[in-house]
Amino acid sequence: MSGTETRRSSRGVGESAPRPDGTLKVTGEFAYSSDLYLADMIWGVTLRSPHPSAWIRSIDIGPALAMPGVFAVLTHEDVPGEKFYGLERRDQPVLAVDQVRYQGEPVALVAADHPERARRAARAVVVDYEVREAVTDPRRAAFDPDCPAVHGSGNVLRHQPVRVGLGPAALEAPVVVTGEYEVGMQDQAFLGPESGLAVPAEDGGVDLFVATQWLHVDRDQIAPCLGLPAEKVRLTLAGVGGAFGAREDLSMQVHACMLALRTGRPVKIVYGREESFFGHVHRHPARMRYEHGATRDGRLVYVRAEILLDGGAYCSTSPAVVGNAASLGVGPYVVPNVRVDAYGVYTNNPPCGAMRGFGAVQACFAYESQMDRLAAACGLDPVEIRVRNAVSQGSRLANGQVIDSPAPLADMLRELAAMPLPPEASGGLLDMPGGVSQATRGEGVRRGVGYGVGIKNICFSEGFDDYSTARVRVELLGGEPHVLVHTAAAEVGQGLVTVQEQIARTELGIERVTVAAADTAVGSAGSSSASRQSYVTGGAVRAACEAVRERLDALRAAGATLAEALERSGPVEETRVYRHRPTFPMDPVTGQGDSHTQLALCVHRAVVDVDTELGLVKVVELAAVQDVGRILNPVALEGQIHGGSAQGLGLALMEEVVVSDGRVRNPSFTDYLIPTVLDMPPMKVSILENPDPHAPYGLRGAGEPPTLSSTPAVAAAVRAATGLELPRVPIRPHDIALSG
Amino acid sequence: MPRITVTVDGVRYEEEVEPRLLLVHLLRDRLGKTGTPVGCDTGNCGACTVMLDGRSAKSCSVLAVQADECDVVTIEGLGRAAELHPMQKAFHTEHALQCGYCTPGMIMAAIDLLRDDPDPSDEAIRAGLEGNLCRCTGYCNIVRAVRRGAREMSGEEVRTS
Repeated sequence: MSGTETRRSSRGVGESAPRPDGTLKVTGEFAYSSDLYLADMIWGVTLRSPHPSAWIRSIDIGPALAMPGVFAVLTHEDVPGEKFYGLERRDQPVLAVDQVRYQGEPVALVAADHPERARRAARAVVVDYEVREAVTDPRRAAFDPDCPAVHGSGNVLRHQPVRVGLGPAALEAPVVVTGEYEVGMQDQAFLGPESGLAVPAEDGGVDLFVATQWLHVDRDQIAPCLGLPAEKVRLTLAGVGGAFGAREDLSMQVHACMLALRTGRPVKIVYGREESFFGHVHRHPARMRYEHGATRDGRLVYVRAEILLDGGAYCSTSPAVVGNAASLGVGPYVVPNVRVDAYGVYTNNPPCGAMRGFGAVQACFAYESQMDRLAAACGLDPVEIRVRNAVSQGSRLANGQVIDSPAPLADMLRELAAMPLPPEASGGLLDMPGGVSQATRGEGVRRGVGYGVGIKNICFSEGFDDYSTARVRVELLGGEPHVLVHTAAAEVGQGLVTVQEQIARTELGIERVTVAAADTAVGSAGSSSASRQSYVTGGAVRAACEAVRERLDALRAAGATLAEALERSGPVEETRVYRHRPTFPMDPVTGQGDSHTQLALCVHRAVVDVDTELGLVKVVELAAVQDVGRILNPVALEGQIHGGSAQGLGLALMEEVVVSDGRVRNPSFTDYLIPTVLDMPPMKVSILENPDPHAPYGLRGAGEPPTLSSTPAVAAAVRAATGLELPRVPIRPHDIALSG
Repeated sequence: MPRITVTVDGVRYEEEVEPRLLLVHLLRDRLGKTGTPVGCDTGNCGACTVMLDGRSAKSCSVLAVQADECDVVTIEGLGRAAELHPMQKAFHTEHALQCGYCTPGMIMAAIDLLRDDPDPSDEAIRAGLEGNLCRCTGYCNIVRAVRRGAREMSGEEVRTS
């Protein structure tokens, strides 16, 4: 009995299938959330706190309400339902209730017939603040019992220890290196600021069109705040201008819905760039103390670490970020004795949460910096020390979990080191650090090479019920078989819509595939984060396709063609939920537990030229080796590796939300720098395919790992060029030039 | 209020505008040309780049009144799905976009740089695109796409001349 024709599709799994949204995106027709328009819509604006910490004595909305064109001015008293929301703890107010805990916290909302009128009215709202001391030092917040509590109960959001081995003399070794490291606050800096359109519905509910990463968890936070049942809050994904974690928490969602329900008009909210810096969580800044003990030939004996992550004013995903920092805190190395303590704390700094790499990035910078120090102390090459300690399949990670799929780290490092180095600098002025500013003619310029290794958990960890849902329908359209794939998975640019199409083509052997708009009319797909969507939504689409295929095969039992069978049967539709293997919590005392379902490795080599007099760095080349298990779409995958590497480079050299006294000093693209095309060098990329037997198609999530390893590689290269310790990223020009 | 006459994507518009109105807001909010996005408000990101009398310009840094009597081409006037401009086609083919928010401006900047240098080296492409930020791609595929677009555009010229 032959199945449905499984002829190999040129646009199926494994091929560089073109993006279905590509044409729309190159012609300007793709509708981003900021492009949405309804004839009778009005504009919402958010009034935010100028203070990082203050009591609110009173709010007078009268002057704002009296202004022409103003439809509504709302405060926390107007929140119809629950006044608080949050991903892990409902600790964040929809609008400030009697106090503000960070600069930029939403205090009031205005709707008006024009965005400028709304902004002017927001400025007319009179808020009487009683400014109080802001808690801005995370170390004090964590360990000083006299430090004021940002929330009622202590400032430590989570303390996760990891304890492995630690018999007598466990923390003694012939070679010991220590270091204190710091990672600055990075912003996701997606290009399309937060925006959405809320439309009041006749049933008393609301339809929200929004750029987000996770429609269902948005809905599950929005509905209680609106006092509505979930089915009356319907979300549809609008075009997303990048995400990188920043759209996992709510921003304008509840606000737009409140204004729409109050005014009975569609309400659009669009943040500008400055507001965007205040409108989403950032990557946790970190302070880390590490001590590595090793034998004289460079084999690790123990690692001690304290990782302190500043969660800012609200919880967001901080506990999960702490879990990653703890469980992956010693990196992909075999370490017999581990003593790690990872903390996440509340402060009055900007709230921090998800960003690509999620807790694994900060630790990676520290443990890789340590590996280089250890290499120097043992007189070994940086590649050799990593090879000697590298994990492989069967190794045990710090959380006690045994790696049960290929993890050829040593081979990856050897391949990376064998890649040819770029040629010496041309001597051309434009090739010098500083480029067109012609800051040097070559004097003081030194070249350096550095390596970095990263390990990232793929999918949600620590026992989270992590699943996706797919509905697949095959029917005749115009006499030809056609597949409709419907999920709630957010296409944020990563190419998930393409992958869903490819899977349907491969599984069903039908070329014509459409992916429906993502919305809450189908079950949850989970978040477009943790590099998980190809795995989980890919798995759900495949499962639904398999179920459809079984039915089609039965219908065709009599030898009919697919078209004939569909003609008789009508549409064939199946919905499937896919879950990855269960994961388990970390023990609260020892940190032990199989907390991750999949682990992914990436290694980077960076080559830099540094103008040691001015502290300017030019990254000459980045090279990477990544094992992705199975390539679903080569060209899209390369794009992920390039883009992830660029964000890691940015963290190494330029990206930092500068916060002093709880205030953001650089909320613009003039002052918050992301890599330009001149900052980001050409890349050499080698992609390995050692399948993970537990994952659909053997794939391994790929979006995040390159973001981890490029940062320490670039930092190591700058250290190699300058001989400086440089324990902090981003490495600023004055860290180099004024080091003497 | 000043009255301006401006041609956008081949259509002539007469508009009364406030003197402070930015060209990008004229395009997006008055004329419905939402294919030109706003990324940063400060002239840094280049997402809003359009052609102003044949040269690329960041439309957030131009007042609508400055575009009086000018010819503006946005991404929407460059080509259509059935007949994409070679640079549009190259960006699609080379996977030079992910979220796509920077793409309209990036394509405009790329076309402009080819006017000065029809056969640019990778270094020249990079120098020409410095004013346009992309957060998704790491630029590698963008450079490749511009190279391809340049080849196809020069080929076209050969065919039509």
